[in-house]
Amino acid sequence: MPEFLLDGRSVPFEPGQTVMEAAIAAGIYIPHLCWHPAFEPHGSCKLCTVDIDGRPASACTRPAEAGMQVTSGSEALRRLRLRLTQMLFVEGNHFCPSCEKSGDCELQAMGYYLGMTDNHYPHFYPRRELDASHPDILLDRDRCIFCELCVRASRKEGKSVFALAGRGPQTRLVINSPSGRLGDSELDAGDEAAGICPVGAIVRRNTAYRVPIGQRRYDLAGIDEESLARERPLLGRADGPTED
Amino acid sequence: MPDATEIARDAIARHGTAPVQLLAVLHEIQRRYHGIPRAAMEVVARAFGRSVAEVEGVIGFYSFLHERPHGEYAISFSDCPVDRFLGQDELIERLCRQLGVAPGQVRDDGRVSVETTSCTGLCDQGPALLVNGRAIPALDPGRIDTIAGLIEQRRPLEQWPGAWFRVEHGIRHPGPLLEAPEQPGKALELALELGPAGVLERIERSGLRGRGGAGYPTALKWRYCREAPGEHHVVCNADEGEPGTFKDRELLRLRTGDLVEGMTLAAFVTGAREGFLYLRAEYGFLAAELEQHIAERRSAGLLGHTILGREGFDFDLHLVTGAGAYVCGEESALLNSIEGRRGTPRNRPPYPVTAGLWGRPTVVNNVESYIAACRIVLQGAEWFTRHGTERSRGTKLLSISGDCARPGIYELPFGTPVGEVLELCDAGEPVGVQVGGPSGTFIAPPEFARRIAYEDLSTGGAFMVFGPDRDPVAIAAQFSHFFAHESCGFCTPCRVGTALQQRLMERICGGRGTVADLQELEQLAGLMRQASHCGLGHTAANPVSDTLARYPEYYQARLQGAALQPQPGRPPADSRKEVARDA
Amino acid sequence: MDRPKIRIATTSLAGCFGCHMSFLDIDERLLELTRMADFDRSPLTDIKQLGRCDIGIIEGGVCNAENVEVLRQFRERCTHLVAIGACAINGGIPALRNRYPLEACLEEAYLRGEGLHQPAIPDDPELPPLLEKVLPVHEVVQVDYTIPGCPPSADAIWSVLCALLAGREPELPRPLIHYD
Repeated sequence: MPEFLLDGRSVPFEPGQTVMEAAIAAGIYIPHLCWHPAFEPHGSCKLCTVDIDGRPASACTRPAEAGMQVTSGSEALRRLRLRLTQMLFVEGNHFCPSCEKSGDCELQAMGYYLGMTDNHYPHFYPRRELDASHPDILLDRDRCIFCELCVRASRKEGKSVFALAGRGPQTRLVINSPSGRLGDSELDAGDEAAGICPVGAIVRRNTAYRVPIGQRRYDLAGIDEESLARERPLLGRADGPTED
Repeated sequence: MPDATEIARDAIARHGTAPVQLLAVLHEIQRRYHGIPRAAMEVVARAFGRSVAEVEGVIGFYSFLHERPHGEYAISFSDCPVDRFLGQDELIERLCRQLGVAPGQVRDDGRVSVETTSCTGLCDQGPALLVNGRAIPALDPGRIDTIAGLIEQRRPLEQWPGAWFRVEHGIRHPGPLLEAPEQPGKALELALELGPAGVLERIERSGLRGRGGAGYPTALKWRYCREAPGEHHVVCNADEGEPGTFKDRELLRLRTGDLVEGMTLAAFVTGAREGFLYLRAEYGFLAAELEQHIAERRSAGLLGHTILGREGFDFDLHLVTGAGAYVCGEESALLNSIEGRRGTPRNRPPYPVTAGLWGRPTVVNNVESYIAACRIVLQGAEWFTRHGTERSRGTKLLSISGDCARPGIYELPFGTPVGEVLELCDAGEPVGVQVGGPSGTFIAPPEFARRIAYEDLSTGGAFMVFGPDRDPVAIAAQFSHFFAHESCGFCTPCRVGTALQQRLMERICGGRGTVADLQELEQLAGLMRQASHCGLGHTAANPVSDTLARYPEYYQARLQGAALQPQPGRPPADSRKEVARDA
Repeated sequence: MDRPKIRIATTSLAGCFGCHMSFLDIDERLLELTRMADFDRSPLTDIKQLGRCDIGIIEGGVCNAENVEVLRQFRERCTHLVAIGACAINGGIPALRNRYPLEACLEEAYLRGEGLHQPAIPDDPELPPLLEKVLPVHEVVQVDYTIPGCPPSADAIWSVLCALLAGREPELPRPLIHYD
């Protein structure tokens, strides 16, 4: 098997694998929010920015090549990722104390992982529309980070319930239904798209407090451990990235 | 007025439902209904086999398409520092006052809307506006008053003075590329003699590099594409959106033959049978002429089947008009746009030469590059290498605008120093020059000996001159607004970073900035450069970091000693007044 | 040789005093703290005028002109400024009003809300004017340290104070910044 170097460790990879896939499969965590092993890589959150042979690159979209020198664990990259995470916090309305996703939220867990203690930047406090029209699923756009995991999951399920509209800071999640409301869409609570949101933007109703605070996913483990434990087994396949 | 769904069906019947026609269909609905309501989206979505949400996503991405109807007369003023120098703000205010409409709003009766849009490529003859997509340059207060009158009388555009819509060519300094007469079909005849390898060899020997500014060797691009298996495409990037650039506007009119022939040569080399010319929406007024030219070449046997009688040499060309998105100048975003999607840049690798349009190997070059390729085949590599420098062969077209006596288009050999350009256009003693537009380099007088060349000041062609009384901080602030407006929103660093940068610059211009804000701007610039997804984000901080480095005293003068002064909210009006409670 | 004692001031701007309550939860360690430090202006001392201090602790965001004045004074007179709790750091619950115009909030609360007697928007001249938006502390003055949480735990507060008193850079390991 060909190999590349990641923070000084040899990482084997199957041709076609990305740097991210090879790293996770080898048990090395590279921070990410928009990447998920079950879907084609997106490359938008940029949390997985690494240094490859002296140049920045997204680990989730860059195909692995033999002999690459990849740096992920530097202090400079931790700082970069911290700033990106803080950007995601200030552009939306993320109030952990009043969010039911607290403890299960990947954005919050990323904050913990990167040692974030403030938001650093000025807050945008945008006004975004809440959609409570669905009996089983709530869409709170205040918390959306535009990772498009719901878009990808729903497309894969053949429903294509979600899409992004707008541009730049006005980007927003829209719904495929005649009224544009979630309640009129084909989304079911059992759909993968209803449960894939890494933050609290799309949540299944009446499930929020089944697991009490203190016993939730990231109460028990850091996002690095949790991510490896959950995603590594899903990388049995050697699917290459598919260009959308 | 027919209802929106009827218009949608009509547009679909006219344009068909191939993915490349989606923007054309949406444009037509927008033009006739002034907006694209949900009912029309549903009709379009069904016809194109897309979801309504996807169609909504496409509409929302482009500045010239809207769900909410715009005015029957939709007016967009070109928002560019150079247009502003020429009194743009006063003209907008004047028109809005006369029409009784607020900027960015539609008048209550739906008659008119007035807004601003990114630079429309008429800086050499501004201030300029677009009315329902048609350009009117050289505005002055008198013309604004007449426009207001015509709108109040509801006169159709066809009855407006035709001379208003005339865009001057503005060629100030032609060189070898602009002076050589067109010889339709001649380069193709030569190509048939040389064969694809011979053509490639000639272009390779000329050292031609992409004229968009990135400078990738054209021959290499064509070769990689040629070697990639499968069906191929040839695409021309005529999405000249860099503020301060307008030379393609004239090349598309004056060198149409060379352009199409250059694309046909690329097709000959790569074996592509289908090509697309992606025209920026702001240049929509050129579309009819271009279509006509393409049709004429088809009749002359220079496009279509069996070109010049050569069996198997088939290549046809289609025009796709964009819809107002600077980011579509990025080649992979442009390809998405041609495919009828949101114009977000793709992940690379793979590059378009191996996986472009519909995943097929695609050559993407800009207008000037194809024209140069055509002339090189016609006149030989040596003719081309006679001009320019070792690493930057040939000539470069510059779009010169701003504070100079002779704005317009200049063709100059690569290697020309900035100082010489300034003399040619009679610029006096400027405070600085933005070379290559906001994504390029903002240089100060001590650097005027620097040269226009890939190895020094690389440029897609913009050359904006700022006179001694201009404030570089204010200009950088305007450009930061431009980038925040044009960021596609795909990646975090650019989506949030450009918005943060804009806020910080506003704060500094408002006299509320601090030293910490200047440091933050520098850090933000580094972050966007390092982590952004595409060139837009990589360069979005250039005007700010260039001016920070060169004009620190202008920034210092703007800072205030004390910390930020938060704006108290307005005191509630009539707070004493008792109001009956809702039942 | 006795060094002069460290002086600490605290205040709550647009907050709920929950962070101060959590501060009191350091319990008997308060005694230890008073051996090392004196309190200047603070709800604990009821001193109204702020003197020169080493450490200023700010709870709550900035929602009115008085908050701005107090915060600026803290920044001016305190060598180290510590923002404590969600409201100071991101505006918190009071900032939920930021997506609505101020007037709409006031009308909703004082004119249209349920159970109002003689509805009127208060306009006593003694009331400080409200800001259009509730701002986190760092958007008004430079902040040196932050202790996140809603509220931060007593241990987190104690840990940062101990570090500052000892002249160390405070560090907040994951268990101490972990919400809930």
